[in-house]
Amino acid sequence: MRELSLHILDIAMNSIEAEATRVIIVVEELESENLFRIRLRDNGKGMTKDMQEKVTDPFVTTRKTRSVGMGLSLFKQAALQCNGNFKLTSELGKGTTVLAEFQLDSLNRSPLGDINSTMINLVMGTLDVHFMYIHRTDSGRFCFDSYWIFGRMAEHNISFYKAGELAKEFIEQNLEFVNSKG
Amino acid sequence: MKTLADLRAMKEKAKREMTARDENSKYRIVVAMGTCGIAAGARNVMSAILDEINKRDIADTIVTQTGCLGYCNQEPLVQVFQQNKKVVTYGKVTPEIARRIVAEHIVGEKILTEQVFMQN
Repeated sequence: MRELSLHILDIAMNSIEAEATRVIIVVEELESENLFRIRLRDNGKGMTKDMQEKVTDPFVTTRKTRSVGMGLSLFKQAALQCNGNFKLTSELGKGTTVLAEFQLDSLNRSPLGDINSTMINLVMGTLDVHFMYIHRTDSGRFCFDSYWIFGRMAEHNISFYKAGELAKEFIEQNLEFVNSKG
Repeated sequence: MKTLADLRAMKEKAKREMTARDENSKYRIVVAMGTCGIAAGARNVMSAILDEINKRDIADTIVTQTGCLGYCNQEPLVQVFQQNKKVVTYGKVTPEIARRIVAEHIVGEKILTEQVFMQN
């Protein structure tokens, strides 16, 4: 994957397929620690210890349409080749957390890329899941809550898709804010 | 002046209406968003569909994602569901083709025959 935000979309799709109703995505870009950290936490059905051990093996998947599952393996590989860490924790019936850490200035690290499109796609396409996106840098943090869209719809009496466009602008402005220095 | 409780109630109502729209919608567009789809460009395809629907102010269409459909070499795949009609699956969809699907299939009610991968 060319962008880390594409991995985020991919891993969040796992949460949706695991019947999660809440997905929290945290991206931390900390120059002070030379660290880029991505965390996805869901309240989906979770997985057994056995599955947790095997799941980053590309030839393990729960899917029936094909027998290889690349998503988590690719994400893990992306982190490890950047001097990073990868950790998956899960409890059956409670949910799953995926943590990937990258050395921020590693030459192998893909850029975060268009995280805004990743979030808008997730939020607009999966209404029954409550998404939270938190982005933190040394200069600040912001949080986007997918309920924001319903708030705008009600407040301004606009369509769902129009509210989605406003959400995109909102995220863009906030990303600019947390990425500006000082 | 609306109170916080009013706003919260309005928000809940909007959410309920949106989740109930499933039965009232004429079309359902599904973008395959598995690892294969994403790697092939499904995110830009979905963004194009959302943008086109917003621009044309279409109300009776739902856009959602699904996982891998099992035809990874044909990704990005886009399916159009309509009640009592065969499911139309478009293969190798680009953002441009995605916009045409909205304009011609959803608005114009005409299938883009040359882009169809499967119809069943």
